[in-house]
Amino acid sequence: MMDVPLKWLANYVDWDFSVEELAHRLSMAGAEVEAIKRSGGEWDQVVIGRVTAVEPHPNADRLRLATVDFGADEPLQVVCGAPNLDTGQTIAFAQVGAQLIDPSTRELRKLRRGKIRGVTSMGMICSERELGLSDEHEGILVLDTEAALGTPLSDVLADVVLDIKPTPNRPDHYSILGIAREVAALSGSTVTEPAATFPESDIPIGERTSVTIEDPEGCPRYTAIVIDGVRIGPSPQWMQDALVSAGMRPINNIVDVTNFVMLEWGQPLHAFDYELLQENRIVVRRARPSEQLELLDGSQLELQPEDLVIADAQRAVALAGIMGGADSEISDTTTTVLLETANFQEATIRRSRAAHTESGTEASRRFEKSLNPELAELAARRAAALIIETAGGTACAGIADEFPGKAHAPQVLVTQRRIEQILSILPSVEEVRGVLSALGISNRWLPPDRFAVSCPPWRSDINVADDVIEEIGRIIGYDNLPSAPLPGSVPDPDLDPQRDLGERIRDLLSGMGLHEIITYVTVGQQESTATSSIGNEEIDSVRLLNPMNAERDRMRTSLRPWGLRTFAQNQREARSALGIFEVGKTFTPNGAGQPTETRMLFALLGGETPASLHGEPARQFDFFDAKGLLEQLGTGLGTTFDLVPGAGDDFLIKGRSAKLSVDGCEVGLIGQVRPATAAAFDVEGDLFALELSIAALAPLLTRSETVAAPSVFPAAVEDLALIVEASCPAGDLAAAIADNGLVESVELFDIYSGDQIPAGRKSVALHVYYRSPDRTLTDRDVEKARRGIVRRLQSQFKAKLRDS
Amino acid sequence: MDDLEALEAEARASLAEAGDEAAVDAWRVAWLGRRGRLTTVLRGVRDLPPEVRPRVGAGANRLKAALEDAGDEHRTRLLASAADAESIDVSLPGRNPPLGSLHPITLTRRLLERTFRDMGFDVVEGPDVELEEYNFDRLRIPAGHPARDMWDTIWVAGDDDGPRQLLRTHTSPMQIRYLERREPPIRVIVPGACYRYEATDATHEWMLTQIEGLVIDENLSFAHLKGTLEAFVRRMFGADIETRFRCDYFPFVEPGAELGVRWQGDWLEVLGCGMVHPEIIEDAGLDPERYTGFAFGMGVERVAMLRYGVRDIRHFYRNDVRFLRQFEGRR
Repeated sequence: MMDVPLKWLANYVDWDFSVEELAHRLSMAGAEVEAIKRSGGEWDQVVIGRVTAVEPHPNADRLRLATVDFGADEPLQVVCGAPNLDTGQTIAFAQVGAQLIDPSTRELRKLRRGKIRGVTSMGMICSERELGLSDEHEGILVLDTEAALGTPLSDVLADVVLDIKPTPNRPDHYSILGIAREVAALSGSTVTEPAATFPESDIPIGERTSVTIEDPEGCPRYTAIVIDGVRIGPSPQWMQDALVSAGMRPINNIVDVTNFVMLEWGQPLHAFDYELLQENRIVVRRARPSEQLELLDGSQLELQPEDLVIADAQRAVALAGIMGGADSEISDTTTTVLLETANFQEATIRRSRAAHTESGTEASRRFEKSLNPELAELAARRAAALIIETAGGTACAGIADEFPGKAHAPQVLVTQRRIEQILSILPSVEEVRGVLSALGISNRWLPPDRFAVSCPPWRSDINVADDVIEEIGRIIGYDNLPSAPLPGSVPDPDLDPQRDLGERIRDLLSGMGLHEIITYVTVGQQESTATSSIGNEEIDSVRLLNPMNAERDRMRTSLRPWGLRTFAQNQREARSALGIFEVGKTFTPNGAGQPTETRMLFALLGGETPASLHGEPARQFDFFDAKGLLEQLGTGLGTTFDLVPGAGDDFLIKGRSAKLSVDGCEVGLIGQVRPATAAAFDVEGDLFALELSIAALAPLLTRSETVAAPSVFPAAVEDLALIVEASCPAGDLAAAIADNGLVESVELFDIYSGDQIPAGRKSVALHVYYRSPDRTLTDRDVEKARRGIVRRLQSQFKAKLRDS
Repeated sequence: MDDLEALEAEARASLAEAGDEAAVDAWRVAWLGRRGRLTTVLRGVRDLPPEVRPRVGAGANRLKAALEDAGDEHRTRLLASAADAESIDVSLPGRNPPLGSLHPITLTRRLLERTFRDMGFDVVEGPDVELEEYNFDRLRIPAGHPARDMWDTIWVAGDDDGPRQLLRTHTSPMQIRYLERREPPIRVIVPGACYRYEATDATHEWMLTQIEGLVIDENLSFAHLKGTLEAFVRRMFGADIETRFRCDYFPFVEPGAELGVRWQGDWLEVLGCGMVHPEIIEDAGLDPERYTGFAFGMGVERVAMLRYGVRDIRHFYRNDVRFLRQFEGRR
């Protein structure tokens, strides 16, 4: 975030739109204004006044009576308790009726005429806190203004601050000048650069100091200027006002200049007390083993070998690009200043910032955005000029400038063809040059059709033609550029049967009353083990270095844990049987390669459907409800799932589960979740699970899209009652019957054991529907088919017809 | 003939007195049955003199048909009024066939996919666990680049020898992967989950769903980016929607932009977009002077929040069935 006070901004550029319009144009062009902050908007009835007389209060020692001339016919007398009150002061005078901030409650309050210890007070002389300018309430605000008495205070002090959120490519938006250049381009005006010239003595800088860069990668450039004979004191009011308006605290004239120039140019600077530097010289290097440094804010650092430090001949005196050290700081007795203006590699600064500070500093924030090293010298000269202007002194001749990272600034060639190709418009040569020049981007027109452009020192993001084209486009305004429908042909789509299958499964299951869930991809070790397919052994999983939640530090290998948790959490609210499902990926480690991501379906079903008003009894969800769902899913997908009893998975009860396969290929499982597992997740009652590998199933689905015409010939229906071993799967009997060419369908309608049935056997009764597509079946046809079926059942299942 | 008329009047009067189905049946037997009165008349026709025989015979046959119709009609009327007399309490609840729900993020993702498919886009997916190279470096975000701060990353713990892996922070890596296997013209969207190391609150989730778009062809310009995305927004939010493009920064596009729509009075960011950076075109082995294009990315949760009036993003992955049930039957 960058606070841009408009009064400060107006020193460099003119614009003629409203604050709102200015903020809007800046935002549209890429410098997003997140907020417009106003100070002084509420200062109705507060005007410039002068204290013409001060007398003691007759009834109170700590109060005095001030006579205030505020340009009206008659001066007024007010009661004032401020210790700094004095005759001749120019002050902010609040008339009766003004809205002021109550210094104790901090709420707005209307000023009334009142008696204080028996003397009537006709107004108030304000403190900064009462005006909402700052927290200051020790004394009254004393103004330094030429404005006539009676002038509204808001004309003198009020300001508007734009709160700007720069994008990572624009470190120059962390500076007033950077924003000024945007405003110039957007308003068609030009930027007035601040003065940066100063007298130099005839002592060459080389005689006073030297700069050695031992780590040119971490420090591409370091400049030093030495200024002798400075007098430390407060900085001028205008500079203090500027710093306060931008959210910084004034300290002394030297430090204020470094902060002022940082805000003005976006280049951080640091001032050392020259005399406190051993051998008066600078070495830029990595920290030594167990080296220590006390920073300006009093924190004591154990430096790490990766930290880049500014050192003198002996010890570290600053943590490069972040903060200066305490024992070389500017103090009241400083007479010679060494002014550092340097460039540091962003990654180095980021690392040290993260290692040693919580949120970084104004300086590190800028260095981390990658500053252009060319900027250093411009800021150094501006700061030297301001130091000499505000603190006196003389600069040595020249700048100590080590610049190992100097690179030839590339010239970017931009053709008119490219501008038109990207923007679909071709602005005139003058328009293009006008935009670039206002932004401070130097440019030449190379007839017949090109511009030569180079990146200015305060930016690093103008490297290819399209970078320049963005500048042109954004200043013209994207909303002013043309819009056109997409031309050309539609490309052939990629086929993704797994994705398609996942979508079909979603449709089918949600159509059968299940609710789709989407859960997190991370799981914990315990829940992963508890739902494992191999009893209490964890499946190998992909681990995360910095998971969001330390307890869920691995990628899921199944959708089971979150499914169970979600079922449990919803069970209490579900007033009927509940079914949920998820289609999602699981992750399996794959050596050093990317994990294998497998698309899975996982559904959980359970609970009780209560008795209905219409007479249907209450019913517990059971295995065959789950199986019915699976069968319908198969119908919808055009396949049949074969069930092999016993899922072979410790997640399910062995005798109440089955492996699922299609065409002999295993694709999943179905069955009842082990009660201990369900209970571990707080699921109550029987719980049934269906798990399918969409990845395995997708290639097996080869249903033809064609359908058969229904037969016009009548069906013949016969019932068969068979006696078989109790363990014989009835479904297998039905399947064997259905195999017969004349059998259209088979329906199981009764299974019975008990009276009249030998022990260890059971009776299975079925309806068998015979039908031919091309003729009416005769009794003989059916009789023949039935004999064939019975023969097969006798040999395959040792089945006997119950009647015979 | 008078006899026939009198007979008809008598039969109809008798029918009118039949108060239930059984009485209609009895009436039928009495009049039209084998020994019924009209049957008897018909049988007597042959004893009539030849000159009147045809006339009386035809009249009697017509009367028979008319009485049969009258009987049927009377029976239908009786049934209807019997049904009217009976009533059930229709305020009782019905027997509901089960109606499940698709997750709101699925619903919204599909809406977005449909909208783009209608505009000729293909839909593909990519891996959730990505290589650092694809998620960052090849999108012009090298290590140490200030733009890496835009995405707080969850890293995969791995052996030091393999390439670094992470949970993708955006769907943009699929731009590179798709370009590796396809030639222009390219017109594709990539829906998928993304992950950010970011504290969760009402507007932030660490897991989110993005839709990435990539269009590359000969001589596509910013005008086509605008035209395409404006058309998308019109289809999503209605023809009257007000849009704006403001400059924004993403390392893999140039120029970069953000598309906003006027939503209930405020400008609301819908997606980030821009012209594909020429270096990315070049890295894909294409001539950036010939091929240009644009890319865009948007959050599905954000669209879902607008669409369904959901104010807290955390509802989506809590999967509370009371929340999900409200999406029953929606498509």
